Amino acid sequence: MCVTCGCSDTGAVTITDPASGELRVLTKEEHDRMHAEGYHVPHHHGTAHAAIYGPGSTHEHAHATKPAPLLTAVHGTTIALEREILSKNQLMAERNRGWLAARGVLALNLVSSPGSGKTTLLERTIGDLKQRVAISVIEGDQETANDAERIRATGCKAIQINTGAGCHLEAEMVGAALATLDPPANSLVMIENVGNLVCPALFDLGERAKVVILSVTEGEDKPLKYPHMFRASELMVINKIDLLPYVNFDIEKCIAHARRVNPNIQALRVSATTGAGVEEWYGWLEESVLHRSHNV
Amino acid sequence: MHELSITRNVVAIVSEHARARKILRVTLEVGKLSAVMPEAIRFCFEACTRDTPLEGARLEIVEIPGSATCRDCGAEFALYDLVARCACGGVNLAWRGGDELMIKEMEVA
Repeated sequence: MCVTCGCSDTGAVTITDPASGELRVLTKEEHDRMHAEGYHVPHHHGTAHAAIYGPGSTHEHAHATKPAPLLTAVHGTTIALEREILSKNQLMAERNRGWLAARGVLALNLVSSPGSGKTTLLERTIGDLKQRVAISVIEGDQETANDAERIRATGCKAIQINTGAGCHLEAEMVGAALATLDPPANSLVMIENVGNLVCPALFDLGERAKVVILSVTEGEDKPLKYPHMFRASELMVINKIDLLPYVNFDIEKCIAHARRVNPNIQALRVSATTGAGVEEWYGWLEESVLHRSHNV
Repeated sequence: MHELSITRNVVAIVSEHARARKILRVTLEVGKLSAVMPEAIRFCFEACTRDTPLEGARLEIVEIPGSATCRDCGAEFALYDLVARCACGGVNLAWRGGDELMIKEMEVA
């Protein structure tokens, strides 16, 4: 497994467009190059390049397009690096953010445990909002294109990323998916991350905000057990509230736990199945996201 | 699982700067509240450095303790977990340390 992005060694990170059935495997070369070089902008290695770096030079030199190698101090054989370990993902995330901003596209990164109802919530959201705003979806799962198929059945564009053994999406995968998805200007892109409350917290994808979805069939202490994810998220959507009569789940306590790790987190209660509370979710989407950033 | 990703990123970045020189030591700074476990990085390091300029290099991990300033009362205090509160009861904290994930330096032959 490639552990930079968690994808499989056999090049098994795939990007599927269910509409055309087209499946693109991120080639090992593409993938290795991105990891080895910090996702820099491809550039022409012409005469000037050869003059500086020598003829036939490969990429063993610094590029202005990535953070300069901070050789800030050399003491004998010790070289200070001062580099963020996740700087390569961060750089690609910022590139995605710029790409999205240039088109006026808003992207949200939806994170949760498996089975919290992310896809069901998306299906309902698309069905209810498609007259008001164009929505497209990037689905992340280890295997299968089932979720992208479910989304496509609602009539909206969806791209499936299969991470193979990987446990989270990373910015470079999302960049490739965005290029294929080609979302229209002033639209909304929902990125449904791999179901996992740990790893996706560390990887910025270029989204405007992370939204964590938690269902009442899970423990109300999840915000305390997985604090990093709740700290990284702007909004917590508590789903499956139609099941509250059958489970032992204290919503107020859950919200209090979430605010202990993130005092600014907003909370909404919905049932994607019955539609209870979804108007507040749409209100959050429109007011907090669409209006604030865009005046759509 | 993500410690494997983290370790591979370390190897990639250090290898870039190595320019074919042999690496003797790599020093990382890992915040105690960064969601990354130093033991797991150590576990991955040997496997990830095989056939790279880092093979056989010593891995030093400096753990940075968490600290915060309370935005309500201004007190500075040590932070031991993500659900900590200030003595004044404030939960609105500005982190001063503890979330670092940094490659500090390398030693080349």
